[in-house]
Amino acid sequence: MQTNSARPAIEVRDLVVGNGDVTAVRGVSFTIPQGGRMGLVGESGSGKSMTALALMGLLPMGWSTRGSILHDGVDLVTQSDRALSSRRGRTLSMVFQDPLSSLNPVRRVGDQISSVIRRHTGADKRTAEAQTVELMKQMNLPRAEQLVRAYPHEISGGQRQRIMIAMALACYPQLIIADEPTTALDVTVQKQVLRLLNGAVRDRGSALLMITHDLPIIAAMCDTVAVMYAGRIVEIGPVQEVFRNPRHHYTRGLLDSQPTMDNIALDGSSRLVSIPGMVPPLHALPTGCAFNPRCPAATDKCREQMPELGAEALRAACWHPLAKVGEVAAQ
Amino acid sequence: MSTVTPFPAEVRPLLEVRQLSQVYHLNRQNLFGPRPTLKVLDTIDFAVRPGEAVGLVGESGSGKTTLTRMLTGVEKPREGQVLYDGVDVWLGGEAHRKLFRRSVQVVLQNPRSSLDPRMRVGTSLLEPLRSLRIEGDHAARVLEVLDQVGLDKNALERFPHEFSGGQLQRIAIARALMPGPKVLIADEPVSALDVSIQAQVLNLLKDLVKNLGLGLVFIAHDLSVVAYTTSRVSVMSAGKIVEVGKPLDLFNRPQADATKALVGAILSVESGLAGNALA
Repeated sequence: MQTNSARPAIEVRDLVVGNGDVTAVRGVSFTIPQGGRMGLVGESGSGKSMTALALMGLLPMGWSTRGSILHDGVDLVTQSDRALSSRRGRTLSMVFQDPLSSLNPVRRVGDQISSVIRRHTGADKRTAEAQTVELMKQMNLPRAEQLVRAYPHEISGGQRQRIMIAMALACYPQLIIADEPTTALDVTVQKQVLRLLNGAVRDRGSALLMITHDLPIIAAMCDTVAVMYAGRIVEIGPVQEVFRNPRHHYTRGLLDSQPTMDNIALDGSSRLVSIPGMVPPLHALPTGCAFNPRCPAATDKCREQMPELGAEALRAACWHPLAKVGEVAAQ
Repeated sequence: MSTVTPFPAEVRPLLEVRQLSQVYHLNRQNLFGPRPTLKVLDTIDFAVRPGEAVGLVGESGSGKTTLTRMLTGVEKPREGQVLYDGVDVWLGGEAHRKLFRRSVQVVLQNPRSSLDPRMRVGTSLLEPLRSLRIEGDHAARVLEVLDQVGLDKNALERFPHEFSGGQLQRIAIARALMPGPKVLIADEPVSALDVSIQAQVLNLLKDLVKNLGLGLVFIAHDLSVVAYTTSRVSVMSAGKIVEVGKPLDLFNRPQADATKALVGAILSVESGLAGNALA
């Protein structure tokens, strides 16, 4: 664990990610303290995965970053590829959605974990292999001594994702970015993997950035949540406050469109509240607030001026935010 | 327009499987040994009536997809019967098989891969009528179906890549509706869609059951999504139907281990906020 606990695990300021034609992330700022857990929620096209890739320095060809990403005393935006490469897996690491396409299919899983350890700690082969087995045991992988010799295709999806988590955690990173880590897994396995990730992150004192479209996962794993829409954070704050009392109409809509076992009427007449319309394509964003064509409270002001996030901890980028519970709506 | 909820149990099932079993033969372990077998479906009884939405849940590998293949006539069962309108589809003769083929339609998980990217939406919609050799006023039928799924007619000239996932799934549903089916089989129809769009598609499926009197078989791994759409759910595990019940009963009093596992896997915002979701 790091000693300089005053410095946040990551501080992102005015991040803009684009490729010349389209801008996928349009000015995103957030800070995750040491050991903090932030969830980044958004639909496809909201820019959440591009934010993660920008943090890792893994943007596709032709994409570039503006703004600043302060991490471990340096600005990652200005770092060389080589410097970034030495950080990935060491001070910050990432768990991807599909472990089958992110593991090397022709290398044994144990070797893939131990090569991360050897590269970043300089440990010799034997030490690294011993650590690998230990790490795999911590991930509740059965028969770890034999499993190190397995190839990715020989093990189950849940086991593969645990291998990915083991790789990400191997060098005690300050920040772990998990991009939809359980979406590709079977429902019954999903919870086990989340529980494991939860515990492993806590034991290492790492910070977590959880990227998902699944609100229940955020509620279970994170203490802060940022809701992204069309490349911007539209609402950010403590999970308890944002989910119990959303201020942005988009957040409200997302929460309402969750099917839960509570809103089911047995006569079959119940309907889910759905957000009308669809996420606008990046090359044709509406003027003003990007959510205005789908928003029930949109006015002319929303169509003309873009609302900014306020300075306070919990705020929504909205001209007509929903009322706080126990407070009468202004006008 | 026929609204048939709640229906009496004696309404004859439209599509039904009786005592259905399917065994696959695996490769020999050694040259002279017997071929090991894998029983993927084990004496399944399952039925859907007009205007009824039934759910099928289970983990991956539980046999949901194989059962779908039987229900749609893609695969012939080794034992048991598949009945459409009371007649065995594999023994009923060519005319009945044709009727079955046009009356049972499927909506798949990912509309991006189930629609031909080089075909205009209008052409894709006509495809089922062409391949099933259905006569009639095709242009009028297209407009009628577009209206049922809530799409504009300028969609017809466009290509799949011009649409979002939610719209594409509407197009896939429209294509399934083209031949005028009596039963719609939806295999994980919303799991590839965004949350705010999922609700739209679930509501659409629900409306179709109500307004057109369709039978709907809704297959998914997420019990809360199935529960929202259907009135009766069958839980599958290792090729067997282990429990059947109303969604809320299954949720509150799960009996079978497979049901308990599925119920236990449900994460909700409430349990997350209460801090006991991963307990």
